[in-house]
Amino acid sequence: MPKVTVDGQEIEVPAGATVLQACELAGKEIPRFCYHERLSIAGNCRMCLVEVKPGPPKPQASCALPATEGQEIRTDSEMVKTAREGVMEFLLINHPLDCPICDQGGECDLQDQSVAYGRGGSRYHENKRAVTSKNMGPLIKTIMTRCIHCTRCVRFSEEIAGVDEIGALYRGEDMQISTYLEQAAKHELSANVIDLCPVGALTSAPYAYEARPWELKKTLGIDVSDAVGSNIRIDSRGREVLRVLPRINDDVNEEWISDKARYQVDGLTRRRLDKVWIRKRGKLAEATWDEAFKKIAAAKPGKSIAAVAGDMLDCETMFAAKALLKASGSDLIESRQTGMDYDTSNLAAVNFNSGFSGIEEADAILIVGSNVRWEAPLVNVRLRKAATKGAKVFIVGPEWDPTYKATFLGEDASVLSNLPAEVADALKGAQKPAVIIGAGGFAAGVHAACVKIANDFNMVRDGWNGFNALHISAARMGSLMLGYAQDGGIASIAKAKPKVLLALAADEVDFTQFADSLKVYIGHHGDKGAHAADIILPASAYTEKPGTYVNTEGRVQRGDKAVFAPGDAREDWTILRALADALGVTVGFDSFHELRAAMHADVPALANEGEVADYGAMASSVKGNDSPSGAIPSPIKDFYLTNPIARASATMQQCSNELLLGETLAEAAE
Amino acid sequence: MAARKIAADTPELRERWGGWTFTDDNRAKADWHIKKYPEGRQKSAVMPLLDLAQRQVGAETDTQGWLPLPVIEYVADYLDMPVIRVLEVATFYTMYNLEPVGKFHVQVCGTTPCMLRGSDGIIAACKARGMKPGHISDDGLWSFTEVECMGNCATAPMVQINDDNYEDLTAERLDKVLDALAAGEQPKTGTQEPGRHTSEPANALSSLKEMVSENHDYRGEW
Repeated sequence: MPKVTVDGQEIEVPAGATVLQACELAGKEIPRFCYHERLSIAGNCRMCLVEVKPGPPKPQASCALPATEGQEIRTDSEMVKTAREGVMEFLLINHPLDCPICDQGGECDLQDQSVAYGRGGSRYHENKRAVTSKNMGPLIKTIMTRCIHCTRCVRFSEEIAGVDEIGALYRGEDMQISTYLEQAAKHELSANVIDLCPVGALTSAPYAYEARPWELKKTLGIDVSDAVGSNIRIDSRGREVLRVLPRINDDVNEEWISDKARYQVDGLTRRRLDKVWIRKRGKLAEATWDEAFKKIAAAKPGKSIAAVAGDMLDCETMFAAKALLKASGSDLIESRQTGMDYDTSNLAAVNFNSGFSGIEEADAILIVGSNVRWEAPLVNVRLRKAATKGAKVFIVGPEWDPTYKATFLGEDASVLSNLPAEVADALKGAQKPAVIIGAGGFAAGVHAACVKIANDFNMVRDGWNGFNALHISAARMGSLMLGYAQDGGIASIAKAKPKVLLALAADEVDFTQFADSLKVYIGHHGDKGAHAADIILPASAYTEKPGTYVNTEGRVQRGDKAVFAPGDAREDWTILRALADALGVTVGFDSFHELRAAMHADVPALANEGEVADYGAMASSVKGNDSPSGAIPSPIKDFYLTNPIARASATMQQCSNELLLGETLAEAAE
Repeated sequence: MAARKIAADTPELRERWGGWTFTDDNRAKADWHIKKYPEGRQKSAVMPLLDLAQRQVGAETDTQGWLPLPVIEYVADYLDMPVIRVLEVATFYTMYNLEPVGKFHVQVCGTTPCMLRGSDGIIAACKARGMKPGHISDDGLWSFTEVECMGNCATAPMVQINDDNYEDLTAERLDKVLDALAAGEQPKTGTQEPGRHTSEPANALSSLKEMVSENHDYRGEW
């Protein structure tokens, strides 16, 4: 723990810290462009210069200088001030003065730092350099003349994404950032380079020229495109969500989000259900709320009412529906739309127990039936960290490119009950062995086998629980905590032949099972669920209602309401509350606060925002076949189109066409 | 610095260079370079391999050689590294040619010492033969770039033609060298000053005179 003096203030810094980190610990702001906490140190922008004694009598780049015992660091001397002004002047020599038409304007590091540390005027009269813009795909817009060569994007693609897509070509003044032959950046996290870019060289293509940052209302939200529960900031203007940015949460998403979380939001204004619809003589016709409620009441469901929850639902909606059914005398609630019926009696056995930050420490990992890159790109970033630290990774299921060293054990589940010696030895010898069962694994019925593996290899030990379920549905853990699971899954609900089926934004259900039920779809997008419905009640998407979400590691998080739902659409709980009146039952809440209070009383863990719910001890075995066989298919066919919002999004469609199907489409056109 | 650019990725380029591989001879050399580095660090051999590739392309096209994209991709494959990383190296170092060059690639140093000693005249002499930047002469013999310091300031001005340096030039001496090359002869490399061997003082020794006979310690005299 070296002691250093920063501007006369003595502080102790952790061993291995840099001078820049020491200055930050002392509360000093150090301007920087290339340095980033989560990337390797490049030391090429020179903006972080400080004066350090002992050392050569010249300013030193603090980001690349280790803090050592007895250093005297000055960040406020004349030398530092002139050095910063000088660096700033050099950076601005070739930077265009196009801030008024630059999308980064107002949230630009270069702009801010030139105001704070620049000399205020230019002495440069020669011609500026111009660089041709590069194609980087449908998400990243490039204006490369603005590039200041910090190489953050290059380091991100190499170190975090692991795909080496972006490089710095040529040298010196001629250096240019580009992808190989200007191919599109294809990684699921590619758009994070837009946030990393300290200038306007890489900006968001779908958001180009849409808004200025100071016009936007910023709302804290939770992403629902996968079960990671990424912390997001929803930027809206008026009634429209214009963009989504990541928030920093080291336990969950660090500071990245997937391209789907970022860009599916343009789907929030398309294909929306903004009116009540009733199916009359086989055709959906516009109707009023009154007519719809009367029609549902006329079906006289009594106890014969069921609810199926969709993949992006908040806990409040699910609790309101559960309360409605309970008041009617029914407990036919289910959330596993596609018919999965794994054992949910022990929630620890369906949870990502090691946690996202915990999995980085695992030293032997068996992934069963999960294309982690597509199902949870941010978990794959963690797995990549574990693998680069030396963890051995084995994967059962269809092959995909993990971006790190991994051994594929084939698609057949029978390998689980007869693990190859190499795998068994690795798991046995590991300090922190882990198994990850993905959505494909659950669908293929290998849950019991995975729990058995966790038990056999003693993965639940002191301070470590290596059994991890990686869900793909943002609502999954919340729904299971609220009891949205039947023995036998959705089939047993179909068997009960409910008179009324409430499909709560449930789009993946096979509605032919419910041919005789009155199907009431309460959701926000005209997707598969609405097509099958008899009555459509327009509800809110995740940006349009406050809600509690539980991610796949059991972390309870809350998002706020950013905008109002369009047209006649209402917040889901109010629809269910009104429906309770129509059915003549009492649910026991009249306001959102009462609803939340009732929910917290029912499931206390949902009140602990930000914390991981405690599911008790992990079961040593669960119901199901523990020596399964047969192929484990991947449940995701197209990363960009996994939910109704993404399917309605023009940007996601374009990504799917150009990045995934590009080659197939080009061949078809020939 | 010369404006460098990567040769366009055209179907003709792919047809001409697609499927290019090292000759057996070069493959042995490449593997020898790779073996110099520890297991798993084969990427460290990227520079010698690019040089080998450029020389082989040169032999195949009877020029100094250059690096077409399919060849760069082959080297990336050979070293199991991302092609963008190889391209970064190839574009960084100016001795890798990114576009076709002539049989004799004339690199004239135009940095200050050479300029003071008359590199403008050398450049003019090159231009008189139809050489211009980024262009191969019609007979395919010459291509030309002006480069920065090549470290031969003591024998300035100088040019580098393929692997050889020609120093202490005048326009006439350069013409002689180029004529010889065009005629298929190998002119004397190094200094063209009669009586000079390498970069020793052109006239009498003017400094470090005591060093001629013994290892003299000058420190006390500073």
